[in-house]
Amino acid sequence: MNKLRENTALKGWLMVSPLAAVFFVFLILPIVLIVIVSFWRATEFSIVPAFEWDNYAFLFGSPVTYTVFFNTFKYALITWACTLLIGFTVAYYLAFHIRSLTWQIALFLLCTIPFWTSNIIRMISWIPFLGRNGIANSALMSWGVIDEPVEWLLFSDFAVILAFVHLYTLFMVVPIFNTMMRIDKSLIEAARDAGANGAQILWNVVVPLTKPGIMIGTIFVITLVMGDFITVRFMSGSQSANVGRLISNDIALLQYPSASATAIVLLVTVLITIGILLRFVDIRKEL
Amino acid sequence: MTKFTHRNGLSRRALLKGAASTAIAAGSTTLGAPMLWAQNIKDVTLRQFGTGVSNLNDVANKVKEDLGFTLEMTALDTDSVTQRAATQPNSFDIADIEYFICKKVWAAGNLQAMDTSKIDNYDNIAGTFRSGKLTPTSEIAQGTAPHTVGFTSGVNGTDFVQEESGWMTLIPTIYNADTLGIRPDLIGRPITNWSELLNPEFKGKASILDISSIGIMDMAMVVESMGEYTYPDKGNMTKEEIDLTIGIFTEAKKNGQFRAFWKSFDESVNLMASGEVVIQSMWSPAITAVRSQGIPCVYQPLEEGYRSWGGGLGISAALSGLELDAAYEYINWYLSGWVGGYLMRQGYYSAVPDTSKEYMSADEWGFWYEGKEAIGDITSPTGAKLAGAGEVRDGGSFLERMGSVVCWNSVMDENQYMVRKWNEFIAA
Repeated sequence: MNKLRENTALKGWLMVSPLAAVFFVFLILPIVLIVIVSFWRATEFSIVPAFEWDNYAFLFGSPVTYTVFFNTFKYALITWACTLLIGFTVAYYLAFHIRSLTWQIALFLLCTIPFWTSNIIRMISWIPFLGRNGIANSALMSWGVIDEPVEWLLFSDFAVILAFVHLYTLFMVVPIFNTMMRIDKSLIEAARDAGANGAQILWNVVVPLTKPGIMIGTIFVITLVMGDFITVRFMSGSQSANVGRLISNDIALLQYPSASATAIVLLVTVLITIGILLRFVDIRKEL
Repeated sequence: MTKFTHRNGLSRRALLKGAASTAIAAGSTTLGAPMLWAQNIKDVTLRQFGTGVSNLNDVANKVKEDLGFTLEMTALDTDSVTQRAATQPNSFDIADIEYFICKKVWAAGNLQAMDTSKIDNYDNIAGTFRSGKLTPTSEIAQGTAPHTVGFTSGVNGTDFVQEESGWMTLIPTIYNADTLGIRPDLIGRPITNWSELLNPEFKGKASILDISSIGIMDMAMVVESMGEYTYPDKGNMTKEEIDLTIGIFTEAKKNGQFRAFWKSFDESVNLMASGEVVIQSMWSPAITAVRSQGIPCVYQPLEEGYRSWGGGLGISAALSGLELDAAYEYINWYLSGWVGGYLMRQGYYSAVPDTSKEYMSADEWGFWYEGKEAIGDITSPTGAKLAGAGEVRDGGSFLERMGSVVCWNSVMDENQYMVRKWNEFIAA
């Protein structure tokens, strides 16, 4: 018994096995299934086991696929830039300008208040606001800024990205705030003593030390945006598409194999993207 | 070949048992008559799903009142309805679906054929659903006309037969002639053709519905109206015809013709009521909903005619025994008039107009069915005013409207290809 207890390797395996089992059943198996189904054939109401490349051939043969992937990256990139800018600023303010811990916590909780409602509600509430006769347009017209309602506010890429930024900025704030809080304040004092100005401290001290937080936030935002379909559908009035919408349309039309094939391609794309991101920062080392 | 589900032997046996118990209860299916199982029917819960058009809580409440059992309603968009009927047979007892959906999912075997001899009002069902003819002389429109997928060969049939075989796939309940909805106040001139949907005058103010089997037919109406092409059969296009049709709309989309696409009924209402869109594919009760907000909205009759659809109730293959009896009881009640009257007052047509008439006032019947001038105020079933004295229904009488139907919502031989092209159109 004692011998068994001393066997650290075994202990390690035992400790990790529940989590591994959960991942195997709920992550690995479903993905394997999706891979298998992506080679099947679909008829009107059924899917037929087969091994054929038709779904992939159709996917890569259609110019729409490339437009849609381009769109997906476009949304991800712009949303990332906006959320990073806002998220970093908010986190910086919370971490370095608010002195008391109580206020830091209070303001941080304030940031999470929008998350008490469903994100569908938060998204849809933009629609009456941005519409042709919505609050934004009426306000702008009554101020005399514009003469005619601005059309591109709603059902456009602008609306989609606005909603994304609104929905996902907090995912940037939280990890960045977390890493900033752990920066040793004496480092900043030392930099100042050594004659660095505010911008230099920000660029040479704070940003490098916040990198892991930025990277975690980036991964959150990019995977969320790349996997989203409902925001794109509602905010673009079904006029724009990203890969998620392609998949959801396929599912709605009972084209499961084709949806699976698209899902696999998306999964691989996201994994490559994250792989590249992780080359820049070794999260494990820095955490 | 793996279907999503099978009718398995077990449920078929259960079905036979159910048939036996029905025999005991025979003669008791007439509405209002005392029932042998009247005690335990209160425990029965039937789960119905369908599109928002006829899944109404008022119906569930009335069922509880009249029949004593519970009806649970789930309203979904058309694609989700198709998906559920094809893939989740155990999630429902009653499927309230359209005939084109029936064409898609019937072969999956999730629905059971219904014995027309148990349907009290079978003889009163409109001709459109039986012989396909509205009047003995009328021509059958293109597309998936209800009677072509309305009958099957027997209780376990997975095929469609073209004659009245005594086994119905769906019991018809509702149908209508669809056209474009417009905002007359924002357009300010008469609209008479389907081609107006792509008129550059309405750039950024048009919409079409994102449901492939219905949208493709609206597209075909527009393409024909523009004089671009005349289809030998709109309801069954070739690949080239699909490419042409969707090509024209993709170009229009890229030029910014459309403000948005809609998928569910309430989205179309919001687009129209908010003035985001002034001309779009629309469904009759959506017009009613916009009007009841006090906003002018017209279901515009067009020269080329209407695109039509029909819906009915199907029974899950898994249903047997008491539940199956309750389902028949429910369907007989459905056709007995109250629901028909309710639906007619929203602008639909009931599949059994004679019984519905008893639940409508003479003025309502005249307005909705006969196309006469309203004598007093016409209100929706929920009490909102829809028309005042002297107004007539857009498009006129039942015969004028249904007589001008030129196509039905369709599932084509090339449906698979069409669906993929449709997906591309949406993503383009």
